[in-house]
Amino acid sequence: MSGSRRLLIIGGIALAVWGMSYGLWYAVFAEHQALDSIGASLAGSFAAAADRNPAVMESSLEQYREAKYVYDRQVDVHGHWIGLAMLLIVLGIGFDRVNFPERFRQFLALGLLAGAVVFPLGVLLQTISHGPLPRAIAIAGSGFVIASLLGSAIGVVARNSSPAGTD
Amino acid sequence: MSTRIYSPKRQTLTDDPQTRESERDGFAPLSARRLFLLGGIGLILTGMIFGDIFAIFTLHQNAAQVGANLAAAAKAALAGNRHAVLANFQNVGAFLENRGTKVDTHVHMIDFGYLALLLAILQPWVAFAESLKKKLAWVFLVGAWLLPVGVYLIHYVGLAYSPVKTIGWASIAADFGGLLVLVATFACLVGLWMHFRGGRISPADKLLGDRSMEGRMLFAGGLALVLLGFFHGAYYAAADLYKHEAQDYSLLAQMGAGAAAGARVVVNDALTSYGQLQGAKAVNIAAHAHSVEFGLLAIMLAFFQPYVRLHASWKRRWAGVLLLGSLLLPVCVFLEIKYGLVAAGLADFAGLLIIFALLAMWIGILRYTGELDASIVNTPNSGDSQ
Repeated sequence: MSGSRRLLIIGGIALAVWGMSYGLWYAVFAEHQALDSIGASLAGSFAAAADRNPAVMESSLEQYREAKYVYDRQVDVHGHWIGLAMLLIVLGIGFDRVNFPERFRQFLALGLLAGAVVFPLGVLLQTISHGPLPRAIAIAGSGFVIASLLGSAIGVVARNSSPAGTD
Repeated sequence: MSTRIYSPKRQTLTDDPQTRESERDGFAPLSARRLFLLGGIGLILTGMIFGDIFAIFTLHQNAAQVGANLAAAAKAALAGNRHAVLANFQNVGAFLENRGTKVDTHVHMIDFGYLALLLAILQPWVAFAESLKKKLAWVFLVGAWLLPVGVYLIHYVGLAYSPVKTIGWASIAADFGGLLVLVATFACLVGLWMHFRGGRISPADKLLGDRSMEGRMLFAGGLALVLLGFFHGAYYAAADLYKHEAQDYSLLAQMGAGAAAGARVVVNDALTSYGQLQGAKAVNIAAHAHSVEFGLLAIMLAFFQPYVRLHASWKRRWAGVLLLGSLLLPVCVFLEIKYGLVAAGLADFAGLLIIFALLAMWIGILRYTGELDASIVNTPNSGDSQ
């Protein structure tokens, strides 16, 4: 088996295991608490509005915004790590259909793996910092994935220069 | 005794003993690969049928209930009735939990099915004895069913008799299911690692060498769908995601401030806009996720075409039906905001196309296993290869 396929398959399964571990940890230790916090803060803000108490209403709504922002990203990270891991494994299995020299296929495989790790990581970092750096990391990661996938798709439709399944 | 076995490459039955042996070794009854493959497609089919039923009979009604209770809460705040606000939000929470657990059931069942298909393909490279691989496949499948069933029951079981304050028995069962899947997948990773580390020769596997028309159609079509989903996801993240998040907060703030000030018109306007915003978010996320997931499914099914015991022309037709449904569904979901029920109906129809195509391929694989098993029974020394 070629290096590019090995990189995608091993990297993909490792990422799937990592994504599932993260999901399991999240479901057991964080998700229920996050949902309680979202519900309580939103209900609290409307109850404060009923009491004609704008200060409490605003602070409760602010808590809701922060809790929802973090929750959405944590769920996204879990889904994207596992989804991208599956894409890596699938592409790894069929990577001999990408009709490029092995050196370039390794470059594409590395781009896919790096993007699949970095993109959700950037999203996760947004829960710690609202600054531009985590966003830039997420954009760079998604750029790596899309560019490498596009390269692989071109390789699939490109004219075959080597016999299929040689690796 | 003459024994004939199906040769997928030639679409015929063959008497070649070497091919027969290779078929038996790779896809024997209750072998790890067969368990992962049939169990995986079964999970995907069940998850999709569940998703279709949920979309038709529950999703829209549930969204209407959430909206109605949120509106009632806003109006209770307008009237200064704190108790009614809290009661309505309790209802919103219950409806959202009901919806969330059903979406999670649908998503996890299909994703575990995908993972099972991937592990089925990879089995020849997992450097464990077949008996251990079979045990791992069973552990995986038990976990893959336990998690979605547990998640589905969360809404109904709640915290009844639970030893923990925030997590009920259904959640505990679901988490245990997740752990089983995790352990089985990790074990497969170790097996793969051992294979590559030991420098073993890669086993010849006809699934990966197949370049049939239907296989190429599914592989190229699947890759195009994944790319389409990625482009849409990137566009949504860049153009709308942060805007939608800001609107979510500002509309809720408008509702609260309008209620506190007794401004009924402001509250009503904010409620209408909030409903539209939730709809826009939901269709964008669903279109992105479905495009990528159906693309992945098409690519995976491309590898298994040699096992589909159907006539070549029918295999191509079913591949076309699957790709058509996979494209139509996310596009129609995306158009639901603009064209309402017409687009929603078409999306449900596209979901049915995918289910029928998948079912046809599953039946084709079952026919193949039937022929393979019959040939093993008819062979005098068949016990040796088991």
